[in-house]
Amino acid sequence: MLRNSLLAVVVLVMGYMFYNVYSNYETRTELTGISQHFASKGAEEVGAANIVTAIVVTYRGFDTLGEVTILFLTASIIAFFLKLKDEESEIQIKHQNTSELLVTASQILIPIIFLFGIYVFINGHLTPGGGFQGGAIIATGVALMIMANPNVQINQHVIHWVESVSGVSFVIIGVLGIVLAGGFLDNKIFGDNLGEFGTLFSAGAIPIIYSFVGLKVGAEISNILNKYQKSQKEL
Amino acid sequence: MNNEMVFIGIAIILGIVSIILAFVAIHNEKLSIAIIAAGVVSLFASVLYLLMAAPDVAMTEASIGSGLSTLIFFYVLNKINKTRTDA
Amino acid sequence: MENFDLGHISLLIGFLLILVGFWGVLTQKNIIKIIVGFTILNTGINILMVSLGYVRGKTAPIIDDTVAQVGNHDVSASVVDPVPQALVLTAIVIGFGVTALMLAYAMKLYNAKKTLEINKFNDLKW
Repeated sequence: MLRNSLLAVVVLVMGYMFYNVYSNYETRTELTGISQHFASKGAEEVGAANIVTAIVVTYRGFDTLGEVTILFLTASIIAFFLKLKDEESEIQIKHQNTSELLVTASQILIPIIFLFGIYVFINGHLTPGGGFQGGAIIATGVALMIMANPNVQINQHVIHWVESVSGVSFVIIGVLGIVLAGGFLDNKIFGDNLGEFGTLFSAGAIPIIYSFVGLKVGAEISNILNKYQKSQKEL
Repeated sequence: MNNEMVFIGIAIILGIVSIILAFVAIHNEKLSIAIIAAGVVSLFASVLYLLMAAPDVAMTEASIGSGLSTLIFFYVLNKINKTRTDA
Repeated sequence: MENFDLGHISLLIGFLLILVGFWGVLTQKNIIKIIVGFTILNTGINILMVSLGYVRGKTAPIIDDTVAQVGNHDVSASVVDPVPQALVLTAIVIGFGVTALMLAYAMKLYNAKKTLEINKFNDLKW
């Protein structure tokens, strides 16, 4: 009881600090500073119609490199923690028969979901979307595959190779940016001509970079889901 | 002006329901109801991002926060309940 | 109240979700409930960051037919702030990674001691 009341006091003090910030807040009416530079010069310098994509891939490319690293670290730690012993990996999970509706519908839906995910990260520089969203959609397709048949054997080698090749290519393109163009992950590595604004083959190397990020994120989250599913077999 | 009033009304309703569901998520005894309440809070946050003119963030929050996170919670819950009924 | 618009409402929602999530992390005893509270805390912080970048009356930062084309006039007079959105994109994905990691730890802790109450794990206490 004493503990709960002391914790309530802590939360109330935090609430008071938030109230001080809230009472002096006025909604902005114009962009200032670096946001103004990104918004007004983003189209000419980078050539992408989606300004948020231009910021994530080109202007602040190092943050994306850090995020890709953190996701890779998380996936490896989970794979290490949820490792099965050898004699447990042949156990079949006993389950009631998954309903025929789910099995049939998943055979139609899974290729469409993969196609939609690939569309989202290829067109990341024209419409809302990008690598992270497309990767999550691909992982949802894999989750549907696991739900339709809990004993499905997802090919581990394919997932590992896709993830490793995408990660290494992402870093190689970044280093190519240092050698051939302005800096790390600059998108002008194919020459100064950025293509016609608003079409698919524009914005230099941004579709290629985002495709690699999307494939890597999709492969990693699929791996995490696969490990969670396999851990149901553990005794 | 009419458009903005509709947005403000929707935002107020979404806000009230999310705070109530957040309380349900913390204080309910059954774990499955708490996990689903957290997923619905994330879904309403995604709609709020759309009202604030941020479509990229809305897509990311809907797919990762509301979809995959709830799925992983249920995997762990299933494993724990299965082991509990065996023992 | 005058000037009470979408930016203020989202700021309030963000602050309240942060407080509720924090309360959940501090007071709950079940490990899964603590992780649920952490998820709500993450959602609140992300709503806070996006609502700080809202400019009144402007539209999404994508250049298409509704926003003026390049070379005609200034894009920056008709879009909201794109920088907080780029940062929140990263934050959501990292939050999901940390939640998945915490759930793997919770599963391992349950395997070791068959209980989910955090008061029973006192091996490291004096």
